[in-house]
Amino acid sequence: MSLKIVVLVKQVPDTKNVTSDAMTPDGIVNRAVLPAIINPEDLNALEEALKIKESIGAIITVVTLGPPAAVKVLKECLYRGADDVILVTDQKFAASDTLATSYALKCAIERIGDYDLIFCGRQAIDGDTAQVGPQIAEKLNINQLTCVSEVVTADNTSIAVRKAIEGGYEVVRSKFPVLITVTADANEPRSPSARQVMVYKNITTRCAASNDAYMHPDLKVCSHIKEWHFDDIKADPKSCGLSGSATKVKNIESVVLAARNIRQVSNDEISISNLVNELVAEHILG
Amino acid sequence: MGKNSVLVFVEQNNKKIADVSLELICKASRLAEQLKVSVEAVTLGHDMKSELQVLGHYGCDNVYYIDDKRLAYFTSVPYAKTIANIIKKYQPQIVLFGATTMGRDVAPRVASQLKCGLTADCTDLKIGNYEFAGKVWENILLQIRPAFGGNIVATIVSPESVPSMATVREGVMKMSAPDKSRTVNIIEEKCELSKDDFLTEVLKVVREQRKVNLKAAKIIVAAGMGVTTQESLVLVKQLAKVLGAEVGCSRPVIDAGLLEHERQIGQTGTTVRPNLYIACGISGQIQHLVGMSEANRIIAINSDPNAPIFKVAHYGIVGDLNDVIPKMIKAYKAKV
Repeated sequence: MSLKIVVLVKQVPDTKNVTSDAMTPDGIVNRAVLPAIINPEDLNALEEALKIKESIGAIITVVTLGPPAAVKVLKECLYRGADDVILVTDQKFAASDTLATSYALKCAIERIGDYDLIFCGRQAIDGDTAQVGPQIAEKLNINQLTCVSEVVTADNTSIAVRKAIEGGYEVVRSKFPVLITVTADANEPRSPSARQVMVYKNITTRCAASNDAYMHPDLKVCSHIKEWHFDDIKADPKSCGLSGSATKVKNIESVVLAARNIRQVSNDEISISNLVNELVAEHILG
Repeated sequence: MGKNSVLVFVEQNNKKIADVSLELICKASRLAEQLKVSVEAVTLGHDMKSELQVLGHYGCDNVYYIDDKRLAYFTSVPYAKTIANIIKKYQPQIVLFGATTMGRDVAPRVASQLKCGLTADCTDLKIGNYEFAGKVWENILLQIRPAFGGNIVATIVSPESVPSMATVREGVMKMSAPDKSRTVNIIEEKCELSKDDFLTEVLKVVREQRKVNLKAAKIIVAAGMGVTTQESLVLVKQLAKVLGAEVGCSRPVIDAGLLEHERQIGQTGTTVRPNLYIACGISGQIQHLVGMSEANRIIAINSDPNAPIFKVAHYGIVGDLNDVIPKMIKAYKAKV
């Protein structure tokens, strides 16, 4: 019996290359103008799942919620050893806050049905909220372990992990099912395997009929990326997208910094020495 | 007591109340004063009733205290269920959590259960009105946080769900002076959990002495994106050592793996108010500025004369930090 692991990933704008048009005037992230990458800590989450697969055997199903272009991050997961990948996409999910996002993902996971472990990155670099993981765990009514930096042991019924706490760490154990959020210091994610890239580079998506039960893959090659829409995961429209989002953006303001009465100090020895002497005299230095 | 209050989740580690919780009680007092409601707290723990009086000193009126041996140590499901029960019972309009590992674990779970809005890492909280589609919500919580991309600050509201919830990092809200004569009303609540709620088994807890204490540092020398090489990082560390300062940094330095996360200053790191802040090669993204602009004096060193950091600095030195820092070290050594 292999473990059944679900890994949740998110396509995020590469915040290291952010420009000022990264957000629309309504305060919604303008994803179109930003280069998209897989959220870095989601790769750490996938890596932990792959390590479990290699040590005790597991089937890994990766799920992402996003626009059709998010198939790119699912392919990244196939290249690294995921067994099955699902794109959950629909206009009805657009403009979701963390509450609506976690609801949609919970519905998708319920369609998968049977799982032992859910792994996700601790937080995504475009919002840093770290909320979706715990919210999914609550909606599925399962336990959660957050900020995990190491899987200590895993067997067929439980997992023990090291997780960060304020000023230290703890080692805790939970029975399955449990949702785990993984931090960047957990591992060095592997690179795509050249062989897998050859196998999957031209993989296509296919819409799955709404009433088909989800079947865990049988460890053969994944034939296509499954695409699930709103109707395929039995979601309630009131809980999705903008109407399912409790938070609203009231307004976005550009910060106009009121310039202080700044004193320019020239970059020469005398000016800098004068500044230092002044600060020492004022007891700010020394 | 009760309805419409401002409630703070007060966290404890080994019965010691976290600083961030006291900071939030102070902020809650200011919000509650505007709203003319009471300040309340919820604390879970074991055998720590005597530790709760301090909450009164900072402005808390009532604390709901749930005592159980199994709650002495934090685990997600029991804490989230208990906090959600208290919220359902007493119906506060605002709930605040510290953005600690504990707060960030439990707050989203509570928000999900109550289907209410939650804003992470707020840098300011205010009371105000929200108008949308001809409807007006009066005196609700405005949750302010820098948003991604450029120097932009977003104001978030959760008008239709009660309560409004937010997390705030340690150090963001100022602690006011305690009034030791003020008392708090302790209301003991029953623990309504079953054996099945305790799903996490704690095997080992290790707390290390904090190696970095940015909050207490009088002087901070901080490295930014301009510090791209080990050589310039060594210079920053040298300057800090000579001045008896702590080394801090902005986020790109953490992302590049050059310094530990505890040294990050800004929205998702620590907020500091030192006597002197020396920003070396920091451009001044809003996410960083919110964490340091209240320093008593700020020296900015940057080769780009248009860097936003110069807008918050008291002294600006336009130049390459590799060239400026050695001059500062030399000048200081000559003086002292």
